[in-house]
Amino acid sequence: MKTESRLEKILASGNLAVTSECGPPRGALPEKVKEKASLLKDHVDAVNVTDNQTAMVRMSSWAAGVIIKQMGMDPILQMVTRDRNRLAMQSDIIGAYSLGINTMLCLSGDHPKFGDHPMAKGVFDLDSVQLVQMVKKMRDEGKFQGGADIQNPPKMFVGAAANPFADPFELRVMRLAKKIKAGADFIQTQCIYNLDKFEKYMKMVCDRGLDKQVYILAGITPMKSAGMARYMKNKVPGMDVPDEIIKRLAGVSKEEQPEEGIKIAVESIQRLKEVNGVHGFHIMAIEWEEKVPQIVEKTGLFPRPVI
Amino acid sequence: MITAEQKPLKEIIEYISPYDRILLVGCNECVTVCAAGGRKEVGLLASALNLNCLKQGRTIDIKEITLERQCDPEYVEELVSEIDRADAILSMACGCGVQTIAERYKEKPVFPAVNTKFMGASVSQGIWAERCQGCGDCLLGITGGICPVARCSKHLLNGPCGGTSNGMCEIDPDVDCAWRLIWERLKALGMEKRYEEIMEAKDWRPAGGGGPRKIVREDLSL
Repeated sequence: MKTESRLEKILASGNLAVTSECGPPRGALPEKVKEKASLLKDHVDAVNVTDNQTAMVRMSSWAAGVIIKQMGMDPILQMVTRDRNRLAMQSDIIGAYSLGINTMLCLSGDHPKFGDHPMAKGVFDLDSVQLVQMVKKMRDEGKFQGGADIQNPPKMFVGAAANPFADPFELRVMRLAKKIKAGADFIQTQCIYNLDKFEKYMKMVCDRGLDKQVYILAGITPMKSAGMARYMKNKVPGMDVPDEIIKRLAGVSKEEQPEEGIKIAVESIQRLKEVNGVHGFHIMAIEWEEKVPQIVEKTGLFPRPVI
Repeated sequence: MITAEQKPLKEIIEYISPYDRILLVGCNECVTVCAAGGRKEVGLLASALNLNCLKQGRTIDIKEITLERQCDPEYVEELVSEIDRADAILSMACGCGVQTIAERYKEKPVFPAVNTKFMGASVSQGIWAERCQGCGDCLLGITGGICPVARCSKHLLNGPCGGTSNGMCEIDPDVDCAWRLIWERLKALGMEKRYEEIMEAKDWRPAGGGGPRKIVREDLSL
């Protein structure tokens, strides 16, 4: 075991892991964090805490993470390289670890253009691959990126993201290989709607033996409506939403669409459970956290193993 | 080359409004090529400023001159004979030219008439695009001749982010994904394997992180 991370223990035990996501509030509202997290409490192994997601200012990821930790849950500290240079990132990693956070997800982050401060300078001192390298080096070598020794180095279980659907497709497995080479212990994927394409991707992943080197959690986001599906298809960069999904949602009444969306998510998980190399699920129910428990229950992933 | 674009006329007029005698200085180098501050643009700007003053019922005296290279003290010296007859200098060169003048003629105010934009290349007639950020440690030899520092919106050094759509950048469907271009090029050159080599965290000191940069060539210094 590399770390004390509960997620690592679950994955190492061979169980399918379940993670979910909690976007911190846009204000000093600790109760909001608790409210969202409590909806997930018994149904997930760990909760991603986003870092200024979509380049909008929110409560810092580590602060919201600590609130979640205090509730007896396990936060996954998301960290984007957009907002901080390597000094600031390392100090936050030490700080978060000192407050009990032992799992993180390394990302480059959405471009500032998409957020509420498009005039801000994106930092991007490191990219996500280099961030993974840095966190691993801190853990395994006990050294800062600059080379100096760390006293009591933070032992983070290191995650990275993968988008099997972005272009160019042929590069996607190579990019995953690169993140593994950099030191990623686990991967959370972009939301999967095109299951055929994802299975093709996973076949390529397994053909290269990468499934033996990293734990892959398949990303699932239930659709609330046909409108959301269209928006995801047309407006969200790097998202692959097949027309059948939109048709299926549009085929039922507006009132029934949320339920249909949950059904699609449940069916997707059932199918992906059988896919080689899938080690768990990352269920991102955007502003719809209350639906996560029933998805977990309906897919037979409840109760969560006690480790 | 260094590219530039003329500032809004209103801003230029505000700069020079307290002055009656203006020395308007163009440059024969980059700003001539990108049609922002060469002899022709000097003439056009002088006419526009004269016209504007006429409308306001006042006259200004604009002396037009275009130097061979405004970022070179040797050529900036040529302004000596004109400087006493001017209240202010309006420069149509890049920021390097403006500063060379400011350093030489300390007693005269100097104002920029253009915004210096970026180091770029001509894509087609009338279109220039950024190609280099002067990071001081050129990576083009390992990225197939396409620069991720200048051309990836996030300066990513290890491949495309998840936002690439149809080969274009997430920030704008008219901007190429630099990593799509790099990948296509590596493939064409049979260098696909190079992609999986991790590019380590960049040392940004040569890029300006180490403070203002300078080149000293002792073999050329006097």
